[in-house]
Amino acid sequence: MESRTIRFSRRGELVSLTNVPPERTLLQVLREDLGATGTKEGCGEGDCGACTVVIAEPDQGRLRYRAINACIRLAHSIDGMALWTVEDLAGSDGALHPAQEAMVQAHGSQCGFCTPGFVMSLFGMYQNHVLRGATVTRELAQEELSGNLCRCTGYRPILDAAQSMAALPRIEQDEQAILRQLEALHAQRASEGVRGASAYLAPLGLPELLRLRAAHPQAQLVAGCTDVGLWVTKMHQQFGQVLDVTQVQELQRIAHDEQHLTIGAAATLTSASEALAAQWPQLAAFFQRFAGLPVRNAGTLGGNVANGSPIGDSMPLLIALGARVVLLSVRGERELPLEQFYTGYRQNVLAGDEVVGWIKVPRTGSPHPGALPQAGEGEEFLRAYKISKRYDDDISAVCLAIRMRLRDGVVEEIGIGAGGVAATPARAVQAEAALRGQPWTAQAARRAAAALGAEFRPISDMRASAAYRAEVLANLVQRFWLETQGHADVNLESFRLAEAALP
Amino acid sequence: MNAPEKFVTGAAAQPAIGQSRIHESARAHVAGAATYVDDIPELKGTLHAAPILSKVAHGRLLAVDASEALQMEGVRDVVLARDIPGDPFLATFVHDEPIFARDTVEYVGQVIGVVVAETVMQARRAARQVKVRIEPLPALIDVREAVKQQSFVLPPVTVRRGEPEQGLARAPHRLAGTLDVGGQEHFYLEGQVGYALPLEQGQWMIHSSTQHPAEVQHWIAHALGVPASAVRVDCRRMGGGFGGKETQAGHIALWAALAARKTGRPVKLRLDRDDDFLVTGKRHPFAYDYEVGFDDSGRILGLKLVLAANCGWSADLSGPVADRAVFHVDNAYFLSDVEIVSYRCRTNVQSHTAFRGFGGPQGMIVTEAILGDIARVLGQDPLDVRKANLYGIEERNVTHYAMPVEDNILAPLIARLEQESGYRRRRAEIAQWNAAHPVLRRGIAITPVKFGISFTATFFNQAGALVHVYTDGSVQVNHGGTEMGQGLHTKVCQLVADELGVPFERVRISATDTGKVPNASATAASSGTDLNGRAAQFAARQIRQRLAEYVADKQNCRPEQVIFAHGQVSGPDAVMPWEQLVDDAWHSRVQLWSDGFYRTPKIHYDKNTLTGRPFYYFAYGAACTEVAIDTLTGENRVLKVDILHDVGHSINPAIDMGQIEGGFIQGMGWLTTEQLVWDAQGQLATHAPSTYKIPATGDVPAHLRIALWPEANREDNVGGSKAVGEPPFMLAISVWEALRDAVAAATGHARVALDAPATAENVLKALHG
Repeated sequence: MESRTIRFSRRGELVSLTNVPPERTLLQVLREDLGATGTKEGCGEGDCGACTVVIAEPDQGRLRYRAINACIRLAHSIDGMALWTVEDLAGSDGALHPAQEAMVQAHGSQCGFCTPGFVMSLFGMYQNHVLRGATVTRELAQEELSGNLCRCTGYRPILDAAQSMAALPRIEQDEQAILRQLEALHAQRASEGVRGASAYLAPLGLPELLRLRAAHPQAQLVAGCTDVGLWVTKMHQQFGQVLDVTQVQELQRIAHDEQHLTIGAAATLTSASEALAAQWPQLAAFFQRFAGLPVRNAGTLGGNVANGSPIGDSMPLLIALGARVVLLSVRGERELPLEQFYTGYRQNVLAGDEVVGWIKVPRTGSPHPGALPQAGEGEEFLRAYKISKRYDDDISAVCLAIRMRLRDGVVEEIGIGAGGVAATPARAVQAEAALRGQPWTAQAARRAAAALGAEFRPISDMRASAAYRAEVLANLVQRFWLETQGHADVNLESFRLAEAALP
Repeated sequence: MNAPEKFVTGAAAQPAIGQSRIHESARAHVAGAATYVDDIPELKGTLHAAPILSKVAHGRLLAVDASEALQMEGVRDVVLARDIPGDPFLATFVHDEPIFARDTVEYVGQVIGVVVAETVMQARRAARQVKVRIEPLPALIDVREAVKQQSFVLPPVTVRRGEPEQGLARAPHRLAGTLDVGGQEHFYLEGQVGYALPLEQGQWMIHSSTQHPAEVQHWIAHALGVPASAVRVDCRRMGGGFGGKETQAGHIALWAALAARKTGRPVKLRLDRDDDFLVTGKRHPFAYDYEVGFDDSGRILGLKLVLAANCGWSADLSGPVADRAVFHVDNAYFLSDVEIVSYRCRTNVQSHTAFRGFGGPQGMIVTEAILGDIARVLGQDPLDVRKANLYGIEERNVTHYAMPVEDNILAPLIARLEQESGYRRRRAEIAQWNAAHPVLRRGIAITPVKFGISFTATFFNQAGALVHVYTDGSVQVNHGGTEMGQGLHTKVCQLVADELGVPFERVRISATDTGKVPNASATAASSGTDLNGRAAQFAARQIRQRLAEYVADKQNCRPEQVIFAHGQVSGPDAVMPWEQLVDDAWHSRVQLWSDGFYRTPKIHYDKNTLTGRPFYYFAYGAACTEVAIDTLTGENRVLKVDILHDVGHSINPAIDMGQIEGGFIQGMGWLTTEQLVWDAQGQLATHAPSTYKIPATGDVPAHLRIALWPEANREDNVGGSKAVGEPPFMLAISVWEALRDAVAAATGHARVALDAPATAENVLKALHG
């Protein structure tokens, strides 16, 4: 099978690579083919951030920058984009970029091995926040650097560096020149089309995607590759042919109408969570804890849903929200409730010629997003809880999302989604039944907790024991009860930084 | 030679020492221009190796069939135990570790051999296709079971002082308990890697990411059956070590060298992260049983303690690690009547190894746990009970291994932290807050650290260095220590710059290289700067001495009158730039390079009686930590940390602060989120960052304030400084004690049965207990 040429922009120049196998990672290409060893491999699974690079694509007349993990990124997927690695930031005279200089001045590197990744995450922040006039707060720095691990410094100097970049002399990229380059590349790609004989298929439009899917059902379907990347690096899989959905314009969109948020399957987790948090601001902290930023910047909501991991964090929430998934093929489309999409451990109803198209989320939020409605008003409560060993960038031992609509103290609507408790993400049907139509009381909360315990049989593994999972599941219902009663200080999230503010 | 006389005085006091110079490689780090072993441009013909791992924790190795793997694309060879030309056992002190598994396998992840291929991925793919036939044998995973079965890598050690039984018998209060403390994966960001290049005439060049190049050299020479002089090992820097590359980097380099020898080609071996977790050892998990008697003030009158170290399948450094745990059971406290039994247990898991603190943390934590429980049982503030047990100055000042504590600053140091952290006020506020908050609970604790500095194996306390001054006045320094991020090279450059009176920027360091400074000790035991800094200082001093004599001869004065400062050299008659003096001296045939050698004075230690002075001095510190826990889930957060730590006169305050903060956060990880889980079959289930969670940015408390104790080292140590690599790690025990404080606040029980790490699950379990 032929391999199409990969073209991308780096340091203002076009790089062309030929004969790159479809499963070859961007990190392998950088380190082994291009001799660019500044980017490091720390883990090969997108969990440490040592391999962070920044990519950019045109977005409404400007560049949209994203820090991503090169280790689990398929090299072909950056075709048509601009790329920066740690070697690309300093001026030709050796003058350091503010992302670099700030790290030096703050003593932000010790062994230096994680440093290139941190520098690139800082560069991403610089482009997305500093140059747009935003202040880098400590919270923002922590959030944006949550996907980068450092074992030496304890992070404080790196967080200081993030906050001091803006004070250094400003350096801007020549965006217009890069945009022109990328537009030319895009035009070239559009005119070339996608040849079915190609080992890496990356259609730009939906009809083409559906046609290719029908013609190549054996091709490995990929989106952000934040899980498939590990099949390559850890399970050593090789793919005959890959079908990449991320370039499909129609599937990148997020649409709002009166009833629904409709999120395209190729929208990144970053974009999807922004849209969901705009509707339900109380979910913002939950989304910040979903992997690290480079994974959210690469992974897609559609990929998370289609992958169907029982410990994926988006599904319990989407199930609680009553989301539906729209499947597309050349034969047409069909729509079903998300929980019905799964048939077993990492198995789903997707036919050989189908792809996940959209996730439709009912806009049930309060008319006043941001404020938690008071009990008794005939209103909605929505909470998503994640229990993991580490606060940020960890996989849930248990994830529980509850959406409840009360009218006159009675549960009118209830949606409960749970992760980490069964072979698939699941709707807690029995717990819902125990609550629907009942007065919302402490006793009802206990009944719901008991029902939850009865309907799931979680397993023991390295993240938690079955007994712990079961107990916590019930206790989270108790937390939800307390939160609906207006109790503050029942969730450590509220403690995050407030209590420790410097005097 | 050990007494550094200072003949440059007064105005010559130099600006390098005591300044927060940036790391000598910082600009290269941030530009991606700092070279690690895997970044070295590969020599033409380089092959890549990948390990063949045992999937069985214990069994008879019956057959290895690589025929299918050898047919795979790019595969060049398979290297097994039979391909080792020399001794098939590693040249360790205990000599108990086969280089590749021979007739048995001893843990899941044991390396049976390596596959060599043209690319990394080809080698890794093929390694999984090698068919290994193993007849399973019963495996021993649990450390308490190992004690029962008397399965040991080394004989048990007992240390006794006084009459612990009588102490217990006459004590008005007694407690007994058990505790389990988990291990810790190093998670150096740069995984283990070695690159072996065969040279002409049976010689070897080895690039190794190692804390101990001389040992890598020794092991490879031994296994290949060549003299040490035929093997050169270098290391410019490591991407983190933390003890994990003290011995166990040697395995990787040796496996690469054996593959290179068999294929005749350069071979690189870089472990995949999951393999790194599976193959290499970690911090020793410990299990404890104790019985303690104490008086009404909480003072310990008698203590009987059993420490069972889970050493894994071979001895590695377990002997000295377990020794250091025994030495640090006292932490900051005088134990008048004590018995410590130390078991070095053999189990079918990875061979546990050095890790920052080297047994010290495992020794201290049990005593801190005991003191916390004693205080709650007596209804006293844990800090008061800790104070009641501190070492004294004139009395109660000799350790259980018969070393007088001569430099004790514990009492004033703790008092200052207590005051500056507002400990008493905050404890009262927290109690009030807890009374009003049934779901979340807060806790606070101050714990001290007293950590002994020196290798307990006295002979390791030596170091050498070379300083070269070139004719343009630039200076190159080389020493036996390795750079793993701790800033050793930066500090050494500062010391040499000051010794020669030249600007810091004139001094450059070159890669650690067994061909330059031979027989160097591991860079470990926090001793890098103490040893190598002094050796480099002495080397520079000899050059300065020669130059001073040269100037004195010209200017007709005494050498002591020649001053080296600010890049200038001045005698009574004339001042000249350093560069001019160097050029003149070279033309006059003055030797412009020198070696330097240092050995730590005063130390001695009798292995048989376990007494003596194993440590040159102690480093001290204390931390005050406040935490919150969620009683519904066991989740917990560190809210606020104040640290007061003793580094003596800091050679580089920024670097020392970095060690303190970084060490503390790493220790916090050990005791909170970092959990190693082995299943019943001995398979390590947490073998990647997706399942093993070191602290991330969000775990750093917003308030993390660090102050340095202002006093110089009371012993004569380089620049008046103290070692800083390991001691701050143990400040994190305050996190764990604060968590236990919060649990006690929730349960109302004095005894808190919290095993470490304090994962949410373990905290919830403790809340039930």
